[in-house]
Amino acid sequence: MDIKNLIHMANQIGGFFEAMPDREEALLGISGHLQHFWEPRMRKQLLEYVDAEDGKELKPIVVSAMRAHRNRLLPQH
Amino acid sequence: MLEQLNEKDFGTPRRIAEQEVTLEIDGMQVTVAAGTSIMRAAAESGVNVPKLCATDSLEPFGSCRLCLVEIEGRKGYPASCTTPAEQGMKVRTQSPKLQELRKGVMELYISDHPLDCLTCAANGNCELQDMAGVTGLREVRYGYDGENHIHSQKDESNPYFTYDPSKCIVCNRCVRACEETQGTYALTISGRGFESRVSPGQDQPFMDSECVSCGACVQACPTATLQEKTVIAIGQAEHSVVTTCAYCGVGCSFKAEMKGSEVVRMVPDKNGHANEGHSCVKGRFAWGYATHQDRILKPMIRSKITDPWREVSWAEALDYAAAEFKRIQKKYGRDSVGGIVSSRCTNEEGYLVQKLVRTAFGNNNVDTCARVCHSPTGYGLKQTLGESAGTQTFKSVEHSDVIMVIGANPTDAHPVFASRMKKRLLNGAKLIVIDPRHIDLVRSPHVEADFHLPLKPGTNVAMLSSIAHVIVTEGLMATDFIAQRCEDKAFQQWRDFVALPENSPEAMQDVTGVQAELVRGAARLYATGGNAAIYYGLGVTEHAQGSTAVMGIANLAMATGNIGREGVGVNPLRGQNNVQGSCDIGSFPHELPGYRHVSDSTTRHLFEQAWGVEIQPEPGLRIPNMFDAALDGSFKGVYCQGEDIVQSDPNTQHVTAALSAMECIVVQDIFMNETAMYAHVFLPGSSFLEKDGTFTNAERRISRIRKVMPPKAGYADWEVTVQLARRLGYEMNYAHPAEIMDEIARLTPTFHGVSYAKLDQLGSIQWPCNDDAPLGTPIMHVDQFVRGKGKFIITKYVATDEKVTRKFPLILTTGRILSQYNVGAQTRRTENVQWHEQDLLEIHPHDAEERGIKDGGWVNIQSRAGDTVLRAKVSERMQPGVVYTTFHFPESGANVITTENSDWATNCPEYKVTAVQVMPVSEPSGWQKKYTRFSKAQQALLEQAQQGTT
Ligand code: SF4
Ligand code: SF4
Ligand code: SF4
Ligand code: FES
Repeated sequence: MDIKNLIHMANQIGGFFEAMPDREEALLGISGHLQHFWEPRMRKQLLEYVDAEDGKELKPIVVSAMRAHRNRLLPQH
Repeated sequence: MLEQLNEKDFGTPRRIAEQEVTLEIDGMQVTVAAGTSIMRAAAESGVNVPKLCATDSLEPFGSCRLCLVEIEGRKGYPASCTTPAEQGMKVRTQSPKLQELRKGVMELYISDHPLDCLTCAANGNCELQDMAGVTGLREVRYGYDGENHIHSQKDESNPYFTYDPSKCIVCNRCVRACEETQGTYALTISGRGFESRVSPGQDQPFMDSECVSCGACVQACPTATLQEKTVIAIGQAEHSVVTTCAYCGVGCSFKAEMKGSEVVRMVPDKNGHANEGHSCVKGRFAWGYATHQDRILKPMIRSKITDPWREVSWAEALDYAAAEFKRIQKKYGRDSVGGIVSSRCTNEEGYLVQKLVRTAFGNNNVDTCARVCHSPTGYGLKQTLGESAGTQTFKSVEHSDVIMVIGANPTDAHPVFASRMKKRLLNGAKLIVIDPRHIDLVRSPHVEADFHLPLKPGTNVAMLSSIAHVIVTEGLMATDFIAQRCEDKAFQQWRDFVALPENSPEAMQDVTGVQAELVRGAARLYATGGNAAIYYGLGVTEHAQGSTAVMGIANLAMATGNIGREGVGVNPLRGQNNVQGSCDIGSFPHELPGYRHVSDSTTRHLFEQAWGVEIQPEPGLRIPNMFDAALDGSFKGVYCQGEDIVQSDPNTQHVTAALSAMECIVVQDIFMNETAMYAHVFLPGSSFLEKDGTFTNAERRISRIRKVMPPKAGYADWEVTVQLARRLGYEMNYAHPAEIMDEIARLTPTFHGVSYAKLDQLGSIQWPCNDDAPLGTPIMHVDQFVRGKGKFIITKYVATDEKVTRKFPLILTTGRILSQYNVGAQTRRTENVQWHEQDLLEIHPHDAEERGIKDGGWVNIQSRAGDTVLRAKVSERMQPGVVYTTFHFPESGANVITTENSDWATNCPEYKVTAVQVMPVSEPSGWQKKYTRFSKAQQALLEQAQQGTT
């Protein structure tokens, strides 16, 4: 899928959770949102982008969330 | 003959009072609530006092003098409609003297009334005729040759009803209906004495007046003076069936009055809980589309969209569709197909489509068009309150002291609820409107907003945070409520956040464009004005921060304790008839029925047991993700029921490119809609008159629709889904939609108590309905929130990426109007086009002048997604810098301009904010020319099929 669009959407999600004072909660919020609402092929592609390009156009908090909770973002089947 | 069609009319409205009074009427003891009229007390005990100017939907007026009675110990003959029953009263409703007086009154009426009863349209359903009979009128001493109105001109300007002044008895019911029921004040009685007649506006024809064609006056008229044209054309009905309007989320109940299987008229149902006898022009009159000649009644297939359509049997069409889906899944994988179901479809239809996707397709790629309207409501309210639904009944507004309307235009989009709201406003409730536009509610006859905060589009969250800032920093919070009912840690974090100086109205002034003092005033009123209720619409949800704004609204309600009782709450005004229902029954790709996530293994196992298949634990694709996946080649087939994604989704060119990249698009619809032009299989749909089912309105109210005629193409939609599933190898067995509802009820805790039998018995049910609430739940979160404790959530304002620039200096926002409905497929095929025959671009005079734009001239609207051309309407309703259009006509291409920017949480498109430039032009846009060519070519391919030339 269009990676630019995925990056844009992920950054929007980051923008919402970033406001949380508790950073751990924010990271969980971001990865939980991706896990619950993004279809696996979208998550997979974004993970690949994080791996290959260090997620350079992603907000740092999104990259941290994806790295910290990588397992829950991997497709379950 | 028509008695069974008409409800009993008690003459005056029901009164609710704790105190009761007992009186004697014609020797019978009668007990009624204090304040009840003698007329109603009599009617409730089975005694019908003659009447003409009284009807129980309106306050008594006391003008016709037909309802006179005798009261022991009182002089004269008081009117029973205006005289309240009192303790110990002794009333006589019949005596020779009363009979003589009434006969005298009737004689006067009849002497100025054409005696064409036998050929009159109201024959058999005329109260004047009835009263002539009741009073025993046998002769008219004054003769008919005196001065009369018999030759007065009819006003036939309204497409749906006529006004024939020769039959008017000046009872004033219509005038009062327009004021009290509708709140429009379009009618007056002009002239005095003999000259007096009903007059719309300043003695104008109805169509030139303020009249919005709601039909309340027609309903109230006791004679044929105001009469539906369909009744004039085909005569009175012989039976009626109670059903539900298929247009908006108010979900009005109607009696379909029938002659065999032909609809004579739709009459709003007095017993309907959502509308209590009121209606708007769409439900009341605009149902003719259901039998329009454009209906497609034969299944059709083609292998490429450039091929002519081929009419085939149902079996062949379904076989073809099933074989294609199987082929695609085999070639591209299980997840390469999906389903989309419209929120216009019934609960049962939606349930079957998601079941087909989850069982026969074996994935979760199912979505509903609620995606593009209220998905943020589902998300935001679930996070904060614990349930993805509004908290109140419509009736609750009668107890509100402060009404806050945010990003909604109820007089146009939810008219029957707007009438209720106006009634409450007229009786003293205060009004706060938060909307970029000067919507009608801001100032209309007898209603004026106490605060209008005309914010810049896209700044709702900034506004809500600054309102919260005032409530927190000025100590206006409901501290006890918060302490008892909400999570403490989340509350404290939220409180600290909104209290930051950057969230103050002063700091946000530059962002929202609204003066800080206005915001402070509105916040104080909301927090301290008594019962405060928030009503919001798509102006809240259809933004990049749509979900955040919904949470901001829930935060305000919790912070002020305005939740969990009558008169308060958080009330999403849903767009389409079944937006609530389609979300409830599992049409989203991440949720099974009852808002339970597919990753929840207990729920999944429940459904796996019931359905006999394995259900995928991962969320499927949402509608916009389907388009993106289609463009990258991994999504190839879709079963699309009742939804016109090409016209309603943003960035049309992106959508059509995606559809063109797919191999099998199956459209099930009543018309050849814009999406069907890209389809390979067309399955004819059935209208709401042709099937049984249920809709769930914005108050969580489940109401029946009932079949009044056989499906024109042979099958109701649910039967088609069943057959498609079977051909895909998954057996579905239902004899009637009632059995589908039984299955939903069995598997969904909030629906456990719902059945067609109970719906028949109660009329309608607000879910949750189960052992804890066997009769349903009018008000939610009464003692505790559904999630236990309410959760405050931090709502930081993030400016949208859709920013104005030198190239695109204006903001386009979109909406709808009263007479048309969404993509217009239905209303465009009715006389409603007389009110709105094209989409216009509204622009402020200043912006227009700067660009040399004239009212009525063509303008090109360009965004980064595309451009289109519309006629301009120069209007003070707009604020400078903001332009507005509706999206009811496909050729307007409003969605060619909107971008695929969307809500961060739900991908609900940001329809309300698009940066554009507007310039005068002399010809249609490139897209429009292409569209016209394409649509003509598709029309030709359709006609070839219909002429059997292929
Ligand atoms: S149709 Fe409705 S708005 Fe029009 S005059 Fe009658 S009551 Fe008023
Ligand atoms: S038009 Fe009908 S309702 Fe209105 S005053 Fe005349 S008779 Fe009464
Ligand atoms: S308000 Fe909505 S549900 Fe009621 S009649 Fe109008 S369109 Fe139908
Ligand atoms: S019905 Fe009472 S005065 Fe007309």
